Amino acid sequence: MTIRNVFVIPTVLFLIVFNVFPLLYSLGYSFTDFRASTKDPANFIGLKNYTDLLSDPFIWRNFTITAHYVMVSVVGQVIVGFGLALLLNRQMPFKGLLTTLLLLPMMLSMAVVGLFWKLLYDPNFGIINYVLGLGRFEWLADPDFALYAVALTDIWMWSPFVMLLSLAGLSAVPKHLYEAAAIDRAGRFYTFFRITLPLVAPILLIAIIFRTMEAFKTFDLAYVMTSQPTTEVVSIRLYKMAFQEWQTGKSCALAYIVLIMVLCITNVYVKYLNKAKER
Amino acid sequence: MAEIELRHIDKHFGVVHVIKDVSLTVKDREFVVFLGPSGCGKTTTLRAIAGLEEIDSGDILLDGKPIQNLRAADRDIAFVFQNYALYPHFTVYQNLAFPLEAVRTPRAEVEQVVRSVAKSLGISHLLRARPSALSGGDMQRIAIGRALVRRPKALLLDEPIGSLDAKLREQMRVELKRLHYENGSTSIYVTHDQVEAMSLADRIVVMNEGVLQQVGTPTEVYLYPANLFVAQFIGSPVMNVAPTVVREVDGAAEVALDGLKFGMPADLIGMLNLKAARSDLSLGIRPEGVEVSLAERPGYRPVEAHLIQPYGGFDIVDLKSGDRTLRARTVSGFVPRPGTPVFARIDPAQAHFFDNQTGASLGIRLERFQEKMPEFSGSKALPNKGLDHFGVSAETPGEAGQGA
Repeated sequence: MTIRNVFVIPTVLFLIVFNVFPLLYSLGYSFTDFRASTKDPANFIGLKNYTDLLSDPFIWRNFTITAHYVMVSVVGQVIVGFGLALLLNRQMPFKGLLTTLLLLPMMLSMAVVGLFWKLLYDPNFGIINYVLGLGRFEWLADPDFALYAVALTDIWMWSPFVMLLSLAGLSAVPKHLYEAAAIDRAGRFYTFFRITLPLVAPILLIAIIFRTMEAFKTFDLAYVMTSQPTTEVVSIRLYKMAFQEWQTGKSCALAYIVLIMVLCITNVYVKYLNKAKER
Repeated sequence: MAEIELRHIDKHFGVVHVIKDVSLTVKDREFVVFLGPSGCGKTTTLRAIAGLEEIDSGDILLDGKPIQNLRAADRDIAFVFQNYALYPHFTVYQNLAFPLEAVRTPRAEVEQVVRSVAKSLGISHLLRARPSALSGGDMQRIAIGRALVRRPKALLLDEPIGSLDAKLREQMRVELKRLHYENGSTSIYVTHDQVEAMSLADRIVVMNEGVLQQVGTPTEVYLYPANLFVAQFIGSPVMNVAPTVVREVDGAAEVALDGLKFGMPADLIGMLNLKAARSDLSLGIRPEGVEVSLAERPGYRPVEAHLIQPYGGFDIVDLKSGDRTLRARTVSGFVPRPGTPVFARIDPAQAHFFDNQTGASLGIRLERFQEKMPEFSGSKALPNKGLDHFGVSAETPGEAGQGA
């Protein structure tokens, strides 16, 4: 056994046992009426789970909520994260310290962040209402606002991630290009839109891919913070279906639908990314 | 077109004084080359003129108007970077169009100007390529094209061909000269390559340690270097320089380099105000000012040929006498092999005298020796025509050597 195999084989075994096997096994279950809570055998029912799910208006509502959440949260993170990166991408005192401090939110656990923000949003003693002078506004209980409140927390937590990648992208733009643009009489905005943005675009796209994937399968934040029907993103529905209603076969099918959707979305991004990298 | 004037420019990087009280006027349509070793402040001066570097004090004037407080974009000066600084995500066309589009030039005009500049640089076929697909020479042409499309008042070039290979450099040098001839824009060009400087410049500005050493035409700078630095920086192979003792011997002057003594015209006595022997001077003589003869003849001193470097068109021969080495330029193959005893003398017209203390040239210009020997009659300019014993080549000094 070569040294290479000593490292590779355990990893491959681990992946097969804990990733590949469950993946295929759950694919099998998605074609059955299996319920993990009973001893009934799993009956093969073909594509029924899939057709049921895709024709269920409630599931579609979960997907719409999720899409809404992904949009708000990713756009917010890109704007805040890229903005912070632009501010940090210059000579300034305590730049390293500032960057580290800004990165702290994303190092916390999702559940902890959710609990913290629940306290911050609290209508009775939460600091957010106090600072904004909103009285007893019920952020997380208001059906129209709860989703945005969760998305805002996600933005707070994950903007630093976009910032970090953007900062790497910005500092990789050679300084002489800015000098050339200055000589070529380009103004600030013109330089930003024609030089900076196109050159940072590939790495920014990578940040967007990661954040979209994460936001699409978001669970902890929304689950910990609220229990509104308007915040029931698809992964919460999936969790309830699998572990409260014990519809194991059907939930496997839903999980596969989510997986395929995420793959499709990221594929679109990857195409753009390849195009951006060609330049 | 424009005249650029620098008045008492000073600039520090931290504690390093990079530009020291530089004053200079570059005339309209002139091609001026800043020449000096790396770190001499030439690039910093150029960047200060372009507005990429702030100066501590002094004035930079463009057509009489101070511009030192304007942003680079408002100075109407184009700049060609050593590393080209092409926009990697644009096509060649977009790169060339950028300076025009940045100031909202109408599309039709942009297209017309870009195409005409591309044509004059011979890069029309590359307009749709991206910079990453191009060779160094083509990238440099595009960098120059980007500077030319806007018809700037002045064109600044920072070692634009420094990263090309030797052959391409030579070709680009010719092209740059042609472009300047056609466009006539006031140009300042920075290089550390003296061959480039000599061949391109209307005037050369030699800089060292942030100080202007000499400003003059290539010929002036080569033939009459203002000080030891210029003398040794310009010319390849480098000028022979050695401390010397000058004294009067029998009514004529004589310079001694250790044991090696050469006669000099009597005029030198008056010029140096020579009452007693002077030992506070250095003698500088370019290799082509050392005349070599295979046969013994009056005024020539015996030396030994040591190293011979063939350059093709000529040879550089190290002549040894004791510990003293004198480098001479002879016609190719003149000294057959190392170790050959030969005879040498110094052409007074090419001798330079420098003050040991300050390094400044004394500005002494002597006449050539008047040859009285019949076999030399009137053939001084064509030494190789049947004069097998005389080794000075007839090439002009400016072509001496090729800087690597």
